[in-house]
Amino acid sequence: MSATSETTLFEAMPFDPTAPLTPTGNLRRRAGVSRFVQVTATAAAIFAVAVLVIVLYGVAVRGASALSFSFVITNPTGLAGGGIFNSLLGTLEIVAFAALIALPIGVLTGLYLTEFAGPRSRTANALRFALDIMAGLPTIIVGLFVYGLIVIPQHRQSGFAGAVALAIVMLPLMARSSQEVLLLVPGSLREAADALGVSRWRTVLSVILPAAFGGILTGAILATARAAGETAPLLICDSIFNPTATEFNLFHGVPSVSMFIYTSYDLPLAQAVTRAWGAAFVLMMLILIANVLARLILARSRAKMGR
Amino acid sequence: MFGLCAVAGVLVVLTLVDLVYQLVTNAQPAISKFGLGFVTSTTWKPNFSIEGAGALLYGTAVTSLMAVVLATPLGVAIGLYLSMMAPRRVRAVVGPLVELLAAVPSIIYGFWGLVVLVPFVDKLEPGLHSALGFIPLFGPASPIGISVFTAGLVLTVMILPIISALSRDLFLTVPTELKDGAAALGATPWEVIRGIVLPTTVSGVSAAVVLGLGRALGEAIAVSFVIGDVTAIHKSLFDPGSSGAAEIANQFTSPVNSLHTAAMFYVGLVLVVIGMLTSVAARTIAGRFDVTQRVI
Repeated sequence: MSATSETTLFEAMPFDPTAPLTPTGNLRRRAGVSRFVQVTATAAAIFAVAVLVIVLYGVAVRGASALSFSFVITNPTGLAGGGIFNSLLGTLEIVAFAALIALPIGVLTGLYLTEFAGPRSRTANALRFALDIMAGLPTIIVGLFVYGLIVIPQHRQSGFAGAVALAIVMLPLMARSSQEVLLLVPGSLREAADALGVSRWRTVLSVILPAAFGGILTGAILATARAAGETAPLLICDSIFNPTATEFNLFHGVPSVSMFIYTSYDLPLAQAVTRAWGAAFVLMMLILIANVLARLILARSRAKMGR
Repeated sequence: MFGLCAVAGVLVVLTLVDLVYQLVTNAQPAISKFGLGFVTSTTWKPNFSIEGAGALLYGTAVTSLMAVVLATPLGVAIGLYLSMMAPRRVRAVVGPLVELLAAVPSIIYGFWGLVVLVPFVDKLEPGLHSALGFIPLFGPASPIGISVFTAGLVLTVMILPIISALSRDLFLTVPTELKDGAAALGATPWEVIRGIVLPTTVSGVSAAVVLGLGRALGEAIAVSFVIGDVTAIHKSLFDPGSSGAAEIANQFTSPVNSLHTAAMFYVGLVLVVIGMLTSVAARTIAGRFDVTQRVI
């Protein structure tokens, strides 16, 4: 009986060695499923890029009409006139001060984790865990913390409090990125320094840090860019300020671009919203340029280290 | 040098400890008045000194879950495309573009969501309601497009780059021999993914998803723009709502009394506990994979 069915099978599908190889039956189904998944994944990637383009385009189109050179170099006047000079300057002040706090602590933490702690050190593990938790903290909670720590004792909001909050947002990012970059520094450099009898801290200062400089700089720029766009901590710690004046004293309320956008959106004037879009455009361009710049620096320093 | 580094490390841990301490002390009036029932009570009426975070936490949970449900398949698909299918040149361009999506600040997502996404959702909701209205989640459309659903969409866009960048990195760690071996046995690309790539990285990808969830749970500004600030629990996604972080953003600068402020600190404390739990969960699930939020 089985012989009969085999014969019928052969008769139904005669073997033709010259025919092109095309999948049939089950194989065709498997290839189809595979093709379907590939198309879906490609579509998902296109979707992500499309979203980015839509966001950028949406901001650019609306922001461009507000934008001019004088928009960047004049202070706002009234509810809807003028530019964003004081906010821009304020953001730079706050973020620069935050970087001043977070950069050394972050790099030192990274150094501790890679150069000084042993590979199975429990302290190092606990520290990594603390950094993970810190990186996962909602930024508005960081704002609440600094509110309790600085704003309540001082009885006033200030650019200083905002900067401390942003420093806490930046710190885990800084520590993480410098740790990653330090791990990339070839072990042979450390061994060579050891062989020359150089002490550990000397090795760190004159061999390891220079080798990792590009990567650390990249991490610093990216963390600073992240902090520059933060609104929630500033809303809690630095939202009371004179919106039309330039403020250099960090211990007063300092205006910022993100708070400028936040407070503009519910003003009932169309011009105020346009002005906010202009500010959003400037902020986004600064952040995107910083990101592209940081990646270029990273690529260059990677090439230099031969990776 | 070692001393300096150790001091920096101690400072990190101290900051974290002090953070919890500050939240607890400032929340004390609310903690002693409402106790643990705070997290389940759904009445948030600061004017009457009645505060319960139930409705807020519900909003937080619904928006974040929606974001995770939408962003996980999308993000994993993008990760697969970037790690296994894209030509080298496309990979070099699209990868950084997806990461740029993560660099856009939340205030811009919020503002964009309010002005661009909200009108779009306004058109989308009636269609979804008539197609899927038999599910209570898809109730009658919101009047102008400001709803829990909109907030979920904004959060989806915000956590998509986290999940896709991390899963791409994870997929790249799968040994080539395993993939090539499967392909040599006749597996189609999808079968290589299902049989080799996903099983070897499943713990890492889950950790990436939990990280995305953690990010979504704590997002305040972008959500506060589009969710509508209504502290009540509605069955439908198309009704306005609120979330814990968004409520703090909305009300912290204009509290009605000191108890209100304390209650917001209490909400913050609850969010910190949830955030820490997600961090611990991500770390535990990740196992041998090193999955953390990173900037580079």
